Amino acid sequence: MNQLQNFSKGFFRENPLFVLVLGLCPALATTTSAINGLGMGIATTFVLLGSNTVVSLISKFIPDKVRIPSFIVIIASFVTIVDLLMNAFVPELYEKLGIFIPLIVVNCIVLGRAEAFASKNKLATAVLDGLGMGLGFTMALGILGAFREIAGSGAIFNYKFINGDGILVFVLAPGAFIALGYLIAFINRIRNT
Amino acid sequence: MAKTESTFKNMLLTLTLIAFVAATCLGFVYELTRKPIEMSALKKKLDAIMMVVPEFTNNPDEEMFRVATGEGDSLDVYPAKKDGTITGYAVNSYTKNGFSGDIRIMAGFKPDGTINNIAVIEHKETPGLGTKMDEPAFKNQFIGKNPADFELRVNKDGGPVDAITAATISSRAFCDAVQRAYNSLFTGSEWDGSSGATDSNDSPGNNEPDKKGN
Repeated sequence: MNQLQNFSKGFFRENPLFVLVLGLCPALATTTSAINGLGMGIATTFVLLGSNTVVSLISKFIPDKVRIPSFIVIIASFVTIVDLLMNAFVPELYEKLGIFIPLIVVNCIVLGRAEAFASKNKLATAVLDGLGMGLGFTMALGILGAFREIAGSGAIFNYKFINGDGILVFVLAPGAFIALGYLIAFINRIRNT
Repeated sequence: MAKTESTFKNMLLTLTLIAFVAATCLGFVYELTRKPIEMSALKKKLDAIMMVVPEFTNNPDEEMFRVATGEGDSLDVYPAKKDGTITGYAVNSYTKNGFSGDIRIMAGFKPDGTINNIAVIEHKETPGLGTKMDEPAFKNQFIGKNPADFELRVNKDGGPVDAITAATISSRAFCDAVQRAYNSLFTGSEWDGSSGATDSNDSPGNNEPDKKGN
């Protein structure tokens, strides 16, 4: 597999949300609008990039038996950094995403990439993988968020194009499942042809 | 290069080292972001005060005092003064009846109890539904009304307030928060400081974030 593929696989062939179906908790909860989805995705990308980089650099020095606690400490540190930075510089977005920023720690994508990929690969490969996976996740959350915002509130990026309300269920929790289900079905249809 | 073996000494060393480096980085970032975080919280509060009270020349934040809610809690009140006379009060009120989590509002009253304006500071309501409580279409019906003769209840409960479509719970909660602000400030509950008995020990946390000396 060449380096370009390491980067691009996150977008489509191994998209964390649509294909691997990882990280569903933040994906379902934060995608009530396109902006929220993208914000969450970018925060996750930052953590993925950081954790993949560090894990790939030091995985040789970590004894096997304590690798999971080590990875978690590294990931938690990056999450806390994101949490503080967002609180300081984008307080409005931080407020909307709320508890889901600290919860990136337990996002399966982050630990999954650290354990399954970064710890076994060289730095450049791991960085590309983290970046690709993160941006793929961001893209997926953005699409899901945009879909729910358009259907649910008749708006996109807070710009309202209908008068009145949309199909309210798409903004509420069940709408997240419905929208994601259709999106996954749609992506699978494309992949299988 | 060979992988480090999983001996007790190696594991102890690795984890200690990782934890140490992580803690150092976090301490550094914390110091870096502490000021901006405080600033943005303060700015938000001041913006909300400025929005809800008539014009003022004093510094409401410095003259903040607390009133008891009568439920074992207290609210922060920011008096707005122009040339020494009180032009209004901004009350930092809350409700626990939100659709998801607490809602905090800044309710501005004129000295006679008329609502001047209301700003929503913090909420976790459903986007597209409950979030509309911060829009003029809903908020404006409160402006200029005096809770003494304007019942803070939604249509569904027999009151005069037009609830937001599909967000009756959020609308009710909003009314509850305004009512709490009005009651605490104007209807008889004792002032904090003269007797701290009612608000000293119960419900910790509600006002914690605002307890800054200056």
